[in-house]
Amino acid sequence: MSLVHEWALAESIVLYIKQQGYASIKKLRVSIGVLQSIDKEILEYALRELAHEYGVKIGEVELVDEYLLLKCSICGFEWSINPGEISEDVREAVHFIPEAIYAYYRCPRCGSLDYNIVKGRGVSEITVETHERSSPT
Amino acid sequence: MRLMSDPRLLRALKTLSGIRHVYVVLSSKGGVGKSTISTLLALYASSRGIRSGLLDLDFVNPSTHIILGLRAEDIKYDEEKGIIPHRVGLLSYFTIVAYTRDLPLALRGENARSALRELLSIVNWGELELLLIDTPPGISDEHLELIYALRSVVKPLVVTTPSRLAWHSILKLIEILHSAGYRELYLVENMGNGELRYLTEKLGVIYLGYLPYTRQIENSIGSLDMLLQLDVKTHIEEMLVRLL
Repeated sequence: MSLVHEWALAESIVLYIKQQGYASIKKLRVSIGVLQSIDKEILEYALRELAHEYGVKIGEVELVDEYLLLKCSICGFEWSINPGEISEDVREAVHFIPEAIYAYYRCPRCGSLDYNIVKGRGVSEITVETHERSSPT
Repeated sequence: MRLMSDPRLLRALKTLSGIRHVYVVLSSKGGVGKSTISTLLALYASSRGIRSGLLDLDFVNPSTHIILGLRAEDIKYDEEKGIIPHRVGLLSYFTIVAYTRDLPLALRGENARSALRELLSIVNWGELELLLIDTPPGISDEHLELIYALRSVVKPLVVTTPSRLAWHSILKLIEILHSAGYRELYLVENMGNGELRYLTEKLGVIYLGYLPYTRQIENSIGSLDMLLQLDVKTHIEEMLVRLL
Protein backbone atom coordinates (compact mmCIF):
# COMPACT_ATOMS: atom_id res chain seq x y z
CA MET A 1 0.00 0.00 0.00
CA SER A 2 1.31 3.40 -0.95
CA LEU A 3 0.99 5.80 1.94
CA VAL A 4 1.22 9.25 0.44
CA HIS A 5 -1.90 10.54 2.09
CA GLU A 6 0.30 11.45 5.05
CA TRP A 7 1.84 14.33 3.13
CA ALA A 8 -1.52 15.97 2.48
CA LEU A 9 -2.54 15.40 6.09
CA ALA A 10 0.72 16.88 7.37
CA GLU A 11 0.31 19.95 5.19
CA SER A 12 -3.20 20.52 6.57
CA ILE A 13 -1.81 20.32 10.13
CA VAL A 14 1.09 22.67 9.44
CA LEU A 15 -1.17 25.19 7.69
CA TYR A 16 -3.48 25.04 10.70
CA ILE A 17 -0.65 25.61 13.19
CA LYS A 18 0.58 28.54 11.14
CA GLN A 19 -2.91 29.98 10.88
CA GLN A 20 -3.16 29.82 14.68
CA GLY A 21 -0.09 32.02 14.86
CA TYR A 22 2.57 29.57 16.07
CA ALA A 23 6.10 29.98 14.68
CA SER A 24 8.05 27.94 17.23
CA ILE A 25 6.70 24.90 19.03
CA LYS A 26 8.27 22.93 21.87
CA LYS A 27 5.93 19.98 21.49
CA LEU A 28 3.22 19.09 18.98
CA ARG A 29 0.71 16.42 19.91
CA VAL A 30 -1.75 15.14 17.29
CA SER A 31 -4.50 12.57 17.87
CA ILE A 32 -5.26 10.55 14.75
CA GLY A 33 -7.99 8.04 14.19
CA VAL A 34 -6.78 4.54 13.36
CA LEU A 35 -9.39 4.04 10.62
CA GLN A 36 -7.16 5.54 7.94
CA SER A 37 -4.10 3.44 8.83
CA ILE A 38 -1.88 6.51 8.86
CA ASP A 39 1.83 5.66 8.91
CA LYS A 40 3.04 7.72 11.84
CA GLU A 41 6.68 7.57 10.79
CA ILE A 42 5.88 9.03 7.38
CA LEU A 43 3.52 11.57 8.93
CA GLU A 44 6.19 12.80 11.35
CA TYR A 45 8.71 13.03 8.52
CA ALA A 46 6.21 15.02 6.41
CA LEU A 47 5.33 17.26 9.36
CA ARG A 48 8.96 18.17 9.90
CA GLU A 49 9.66 18.73 6.21
CA LEU A 50 6.59 20.91 5.74
CA ALA A 51 7.11 22.81 8.99
CA HIS A 52 10.55 23.74 7.72
CA GLU A 53 9.07 24.75 4.36
CA TYR A 54 6.45 26.97 6.04
CA GLY A 55 8.89 28.47 8.52
CA VAL A 56 7.53 26.78 11.66
CA LYS A 57 10.00 25.33 14.16
CA ILE A 58 8.83 22.07 15.74
CA GLY A 59 10.58 20.30 18.63
CA GLU A 60 9.04 17.08 19.90
CA VAL A 61 6.25 15.42 17.90
CA GLU A 62 3.83 13.02 19.57
CA LEU A 63 1.31 11.18 17.38
CA VAL A 64 -1.41 9.42 19.31
CA ASP A 65 -3.79 6.75 18.00
CA GLU A 66 -7.50 7.30 18.50
CA TYR A 67 -9.49 4.10 18.87
CA LEU A 68 -12.20 3.44 16.25
CA LEU A 69 -15.76 3.47 17.53
CA LEU A 70 -18.81 3.00 15.32
CA LYS A 71 -22.40 3.37 16.47
CA CYS A 72 -25.53 2.30 14.66
CA SER A 73 -28.09 5.11 14.26
CA ILE A 74 -30.92 2.57 14.09
CA CYS A 75 -30.33 0.00 16.87
CA GLY A 76 -27.67 1.83 18.89
CA PHE A 77 -25.13 -0.99 18.69
CA GLU A 78 -21.53 0.09 19.20
CA TRP A 79 -18.60 -1.74 17.70
CA SER A 80 -15.12 -1.34 16.32
CA ILE A 81 -13.11 -2.71 13.42
CA ASN A 82 -9.43 -3.53 13.55
CA PRO A 83 -7.99 -1.80 10.45
CA GLY A 84 -5.36 -4.53 10.31
CA GLU A 85 -8.10 -7.04 9.57
CA ILE A 86 -9.59 -5.09 6.66
CA SER A 87 -8.68 -6.42 3.21
CA GLU A 88 -5.90 -4.44 1.58
CA ASP A 89 -7.94 -2.89 -1.24
CA VAL A 90 -10.66 -1.72 1.16
CA ARG A 91 -8.02 -0.48 3.60
CA GLU A 92 -6.45 1.57 0.83
CA ALA A 93 -9.83 3.04 -0.14
CA VAL A 94 -10.55 3.96 3.48
CA HIS A 95 -7.01 5.30 3.87
CA PHE A 96 -7.79 7.98 1.29
CA ILE A 97 -11.51 8.52 1.90
CA PRO A 98 -12.59 7.16 5.33
CA GLU A 99 -16.26 7.41 4.36
CA ALA A 100 -15.67 4.71 1.75
CA ILE A 101 -16.18 2.37 4.72
CA TYR A 102 -19.93 2.84 4.25
CA ALA A 103 -19.71 0.98 0.93
CA TYR A 104 -18.25 -2.12 2.63
CA TYR A 105 -19.53 -2.37 6.22
CA ARG A 106 -22.96 -2.57 7.82
CA CYS A 107 -24.08 -2.66 11.42
CA PRO A 108 -23.21 -6.21 12.56
CA ARG A 109 -26.37 -6.39 14.67
CA CYS A 110 -29.19 -5.02 12.48
CA GLY A 111 -27.54 -4.76 9.05
CA SER A 112 -28.15 -1.02 8.74
CA LEU A 113 -25.95 1.22 6.59
CA ASP A 114 -26.92 4.11 8.84
CA TYR A 115 -24.19 4.28 11.45
CA ASN A 116 -21.78 6.92 12.71
CA ILE A 117 -18.04 6.97 13.01
CA VAL A 118 -18.06 8.26 16.59
CA LYS A 119 -14.29 8.20 17.03
CA GLY A 120 -11.25 7.16 15.10
CA ARG A 121 -11.50 9.16 11.89
CA GLY A 122 -8.97 11.80 10.91
CA VAL A 123 -7.32 14.35 13.16
CA SER A 124 -9.40 14.90 16.28
CA GLU A 125 -7.03 17.00 18.37
CA ILE A 126 -3.95 19.13 17.91
CA THR A 127 -2.18 20.35 21.03
CA VAL A 128 0.67 22.80 20.84
CA GLU A 129 3.12 23.38 23.66
CA THR A 130 5.31 26.43 23.28
CA HIS A 131 8.34 27.39 25.31
CA GLU A 132 6.24 29.92 27.23
CA ARG A 133 2.90 28.22 27.52
CA SER A 134 0.85 25.16 26.73
CA SER A 135 -2.02 25.86 24.39
CA PRO A 136 -4.51 23.39 23.01
CA THR A 137 -5.76 24.64 19.64
CA MET B 1 -9.72 19.86 23.23
CA ARG B 2 -11.69 20.16 20.02
CA LEU B 3 -10.24 21.78 16.96
CA MET B 4 -11.47 25.29 16.24
CA SER B 5 -11.78 24.49 12.56
CA ASP B 6 -11.01 21.58 10.26
CA PRO B 7 -7.34 21.71 9.15
CA ARG B 8 -8.27 19.98 5.90
CA LEU B 9 -10.11 23.06 4.70
CA LEU B 10 -6.88 25.03 4.68
CA ARG B 11 -5.19 22.62 2.28
CA ALA B 12 -8.36 22.44 0.18
CA LEU B 13 -8.29 26.23 -0.17
CA LYS B 14 -4.60 26.20 -1.00
CA THR B 15 -5.05 23.53 -3.68
CA LEU B 16 -8.07 25.14 -5.29
CA SER B 17 -6.57 28.63 -5.23
CA GLY B 18 -3.95 27.40 -7.70
CA ILE B 19 -6.67 26.87 -10.31
CA ARG B 20 -7.69 29.82 -12.48
CA HIS B 21 -11.42 29.11 -12.66
CA VAL B 22 -13.25 26.77 -10.26
CA TYR B 23 -16.96 26.39 -10.95
CA VAL B 24 -19.29 24.57 -8.61
CA VAL B 25 -22.12 23.18 -10.69
CA LEU B 26 -25.30 23.37 -8.65
CA SER B 27 -28.99 22.78 -8.94
CA SER B 28 -31.54 22.64 -6.19
CA LYS B 29 -33.69 20.48 -8.48
CA GLY B 30 -32.72 16.97 -9.51
CA GLY B 31 -32.69 15.64 -13.06
CA VAL B 32 -31.84 18.91 -14.78
CA GLY B 33 -28.57 17.66 -16.26
CA LYS B 34 -25.85 18.95 -13.92
CA SER B 35 -23.58 15.99 -14.52
CA THR B 36 -24.08 16.14 -18.27
CA ILE B 37 -23.35 19.86 -18.42
CA SER B 38 -20.32 19.55 -16.09
CA THR B 39 -18.88 16.69 -18.09
CA LEU B 40 -19.48 18.24 -21.49
CA LEU B 41 -17.94 21.57 -20.50
CA ALA B 42 -14.88 19.89 -18.99
CA LEU B 43 -14.52 17.48 -21.89
CA TYR B 44 -14.85 20.13 -24.61
CA ALA B 45 -12.43 22.44 -22.78
CA SER B 46 -9.80 19.70 -22.52
CA SER B 47 -10.33 18.71 -26.15
CA ARG B 48 -9.33 22.27 -27.08
CA GLY B 49 -6.09 22.02 -25.17
CA ILE B 50 -7.30 23.85 -22.05
CA ARG B 51 -5.95 22.24 -18.87
CA SER B 52 -9.23 21.15 -17.32
CA GLY B 53 -10.49 19.07 -14.45
CA LEU B 54 -13.74 17.39 -13.51
CA LEU B 55 -14.51 16.49 -9.91
CA ASP B 56 -17.59 14.39 -9.19
CA LEU B 57 -18.79 15.24 -5.69
CA ASP B 58 -22.00 13.28 -5.96
CA PHE B 59 -21.00 10.50 -3.56
CA VAL B 60 -24.39 8.79 -3.47
CA ASN B 61 -25.20 8.82 -7.19
CA PRO B 62 -22.01 9.50 -9.10
CA SER B 63 -22.59 9.41 -12.83
CA THR B 64 -19.87 11.37 -14.62
CA HIS B 65 -17.80 8.19 -15.04
CA ILE B 66 -20.72 6.65 -16.95
CA ILE B 67 -20.90 9.66 -19.25
CA LEU B 68 -17.15 9.37 -19.84
CA GLY B 69 -17.45 5.62 -20.50
CA LEU B 70 -15.35 4.54 -17.51
CA ARG B 71 -15.88 1.59 -15.20
CA ALA B 72 -14.81 1.87 -11.57
CA GLU B 73 -11.90 -0.48 -12.19
CA ASP B 74 -10.68 1.65 -15.12
CA ILE B 75 -10.08 4.66 -12.89
CA LYS B 76 -6.54 4.80 -11.53
CA TYR B 77 -4.96 7.51 -9.46
CA ASP B 78 -1.28 8.21 -9.12
CA GLU B 79 -0.02 9.11 -5.70
CA GLU B 80 2.38 11.91 -5.02
CA LYS B 81 2.00 14.01 -1.88
CA GLY B 82 -1.71 13.26 -2.18
CA ILE B 83 -3.68 11.92 -5.12
CA ILE B 84 -3.07 12.78 -8.76
CA PRO B 85 -6.37 12.56 -10.68
CA HIS B 86 -7.10 10.04 -13.40
CA ARG B 87 -6.49 11.27 -16.92
CA VAL B 88 -9.01 11.06 -19.75
CA GLY B 89 -6.95 12.49 -22.58
CA LEU B 90 -6.04 15.94 -21.29
CA LEU B 91 -8.84 15.95 -18.74
CA SER B 92 -7.97 15.44 -15.05
CA TYR B 93 -10.75 13.49 -13.41
CA PHE B 94 -11.67 12.39 -9.91
CA THR B 95 -14.63 10.41 -8.64
CA ILE B 96 -15.14 8.41 -5.47
CA VAL B 97 -16.27 5.32 -7.40
CA ALA B 98 -12.64 4.21 -7.73
CA TYR B 99 -12.72 3.68 -3.96
CA THR B 100 -16.25 2.40 -3.55
CA ARG B 101 -16.16 0.12 -6.64
CA ASP B 102 -19.43 1.82 -7.55
CA LEU B 103 -21.17 0.04 -4.67
CA PRO B 104 -24.11 1.83 -3.03
CA LEU B 105 -22.91 4.50 -0.63
CA ALA B 106 -25.43 6.01 1.74
CA LEU B 107 -23.97 8.96 3.62
CA ARG B 108 -25.55 11.20 6.22
CA GLY B 109 -24.88 14.89 5.67
CA GLU B 110 -22.00 15.13 8.12
CA ASN B 111 -20.28 12.15 6.56
CA ALA B 112 -20.71 13.62 3.08
CA ARG B 113 -19.24 16.87 4.37
CA SER B 114 -16.27 15.04 5.87
CA ALA B 115 -15.68 13.05 2.68
CA LEU B 116 -15.78 16.28 0.72
CA ARG B 117 -13.19 17.89 2.99
CA GLU B 118 -10.95 14.85 2.81
CA LEU B 119 -11.15 14.68 -0.93
CA LEU B 120 -10.62 18.37 -1.56
CA SER B 121 -7.59 18.32 0.73
CA ILE B 122 -5.85 15.29 -0.76
CA VAL B 123 -6.41 15.63 -4.52
CA ASN B 124 -3.60 17.56 -6.18
CA TRP B 125 -5.00 19.13 -9.33
CA GLY B 126 -1.84 20.89 -10.39
CA GLU B 127 -2.05 24.00 -12.50
CA LEU B 128 -5.43 23.83 -14.16
CA GLU B 129 -7.18 26.61 -15.99
CA LEU B 130 -10.62 25.21 -15.37
CA LEU B 131 -12.13 22.87 -12.78
CA LEU B 132 -15.78 21.89 -12.81
CA ILE B 133 -17.17 20.43 -9.60
CA ASP B 134 -20.30 18.39 -10.15
CA THR B 135 -22.51 18.25 -7.05
CA PRO B 136 -25.57 16.23 -6.03
CA PRO B 137 -28.99 17.84 -6.40
CA GLY B 138 -30.41 19.90 -3.59
CA ILE B 139 -29.00 22.28 -1.04
CA SER B 140 -27.48 20.24 1.77
CA ASP B 141 -24.28 19.96 3.79
CA GLU B 142 -21.91 19.57 0.86
CA HIS B 143 -23.40 22.54 -0.95
CA LEU B 144 -23.30 24.73 2.14
CA GLU B 145 -19.67 23.75 2.64
CA LEU B 146 -18.78 24.71 -0.91
CA ILE B 147 -20.88 27.86 -0.91
CA TYR B 148 -19.61 29.23 2.40
CA ALA B 149 -16.28 27.65 3.37
CA LEU B 150 -14.79 27.81 -0.12
CA ARG B 151 -16.40 30.97 -1.44
CA SER B 152 -13.08 32.73 -1.86
CA VAL B 153 -12.04 30.25 -4.56
CA VAL B 154 -15.22 28.99 -6.27
CA LYS B 155 -17.86 30.45 -8.56
CA PRO B 156 -21.37 28.98 -8.72
CA LEU B 157 -22.71 27.70 -12.02
CA VAL B 158 -26.41 26.93 -11.74
CA VAL B 159 -28.07 24.46 -14.10
CA THR B 160 -31.80 24.36 -14.70
CA THR B 161 -34.39 23.40 -17.27
CA PRO B 162 -37.16 25.76 -18.35
CA SER B 163 -39.63 23.71 -16.29
CA ARG B 164 -41.65 25.94 -13.96
CA LEU B 165 -40.97 23.55 -11.11
CA ALA B 166 -37.22 23.67 -11.66
CA TRP B 167 -37.22 27.45 -12.06
CA HIS B 168 -39.21 27.94 -8.87
CA SER B 169 -36.59 25.90 -7.02
CA ILE B 170 -33.68 27.66 -8.73
CA LEU B 171 -34.94 31.07 -7.60
CA LYS B 172 -34.40 29.99 -4.01
CA LEU B 173 -30.91 28.72 -4.77
CA ILE B 174 -30.00 32.01 -6.45
CA GLU B 175 -31.31 33.90 -3.44
CA ILE B 176 -29.11 31.78 -1.13
CA LEU B 177 -26.08 32.38 -3.33
CA HIS B 178 -26.70 36.13 -3.44
CA SER B 179 -27.13 36.22 0.34
CA ALA B 180 -23.85 34.30 0.69
CA GLY B 181 -22.16 37.22 -1.02
CA TYR B 182 -21.72 35.89 -4.54
CA ARG B 183 -21.95 38.65 -7.11
CA GLU B 184 -20.76 36.54 -10.03
CA LEU B 185 -23.27 33.78 -10.73
CA TYR B 186 -23.66 31.79 -13.93
CA LEU B 187 -26.63 29.88 -15.27
CA VAL B 188 -27.03 27.25 -17.96
CA GLU B 189 -30.44 26.47 -19.39
CA ASN B 190 -30.49 22.77 -20.22
CA MET B 191 -33.05 21.14 -22.51
CA GLY B 192 -34.31 24.60 -23.40
CA ASN B 193 -34.49 27.14 -26.18
CA GLY B 194 -33.18 30.32 -24.62
CA GLU B 195 -36.42 31.36 -22.97
CA LEU B 196 -34.71 31.81 -19.58
CA ARG B 197 -32.21 34.39 -20.79
CA TYR B 198 -34.37 37.40 -19.95
CA LEU B 199 -35.45 36.07 -16.55
CA THR B 200 -31.88 35.12 -15.66
CA GLU B 201 -30.37 38.45 -16.58
CA LYS B 202 -33.13 40.25 -14.73
CA LEU B 203 -31.86 38.52 -11.57
CA GLY B 204 -28.34 39.80 -12.16
CA VAL B 205 -27.12 36.33 -13.09
CA ILE B 206 -24.84 35.72 -16.08
CA TYR B 207 -26.67 33.64 -18.66
CA LEU B 208 -24.12 31.25 -20.16
CA GLY B 209 -26.42 29.84 -22.80
CA TYR B 210 -28.75 26.97 -23.46
CA LEU B 211 -28.46 23.43 -24.66
CA PRO B 212 -31.45 22.24 -26.69
CA TYR B 213 -32.97 18.88 -25.90
CA THR B 214 -31.59 16.16 -28.15
CA ARG B 215 -31.64 12.38 -27.92
CA GLN B 216 -28.15 12.47 -29.36
CA ILE B 217 -26.67 13.31 -25.94
CA GLU B 218 -28.29 10.30 -24.29
CA ASN B 219 -27.20 8.11 -27.19
CA SER B 220 -23.62 9.38 -26.88
CA ILE B 221 -23.19 8.58 -23.20
CA GLY B 222 -20.12 6.40 -22.72
CA SER B 223 -18.48 7.39 -26.01
CA LEU B 224 -16.01 10.28 -25.96
CA ASP B 225 -15.89 10.40 -29.75
CA MET B 226 -19.65 10.78 -30.03
CA LEU B 227 -19.81 13.29 -27.16
CA LEU B 228 -17.27 15.46 -28.92
CA GLN B 229 -19.26 15.40 -32.16
CA LEU B 230 -22.64 16.50 -30.88
CA ASP B 231 -24.82 18.59 -33.18
CA VAL B 232 -25.18 21.04 -30.29
CA LYS B 233 -21.45 21.44 -29.76
CA THR B 234 -21.47 25.11 -30.79
CA HIS B 235 -23.74 25.78 -27.79
CA ILE B 236 -21.18 24.15 -25.49
CA GLU B 237 -18.28 26.00 -27.06
CA GLU B 238 -20.05 29.34 -26.68
CA MET B 239 -20.59 28.62 -23.00
CA LEU B 240 -16.89 27.85 -22.59
CA VAL B 241 -15.92 31.15 -24.16
CA ARG B 242 -17.96 32.96 -21.49
CA LEU B 243 -16.59 30.79 -18.70
CA LEU B 244 -12.88 31.27 -19.43
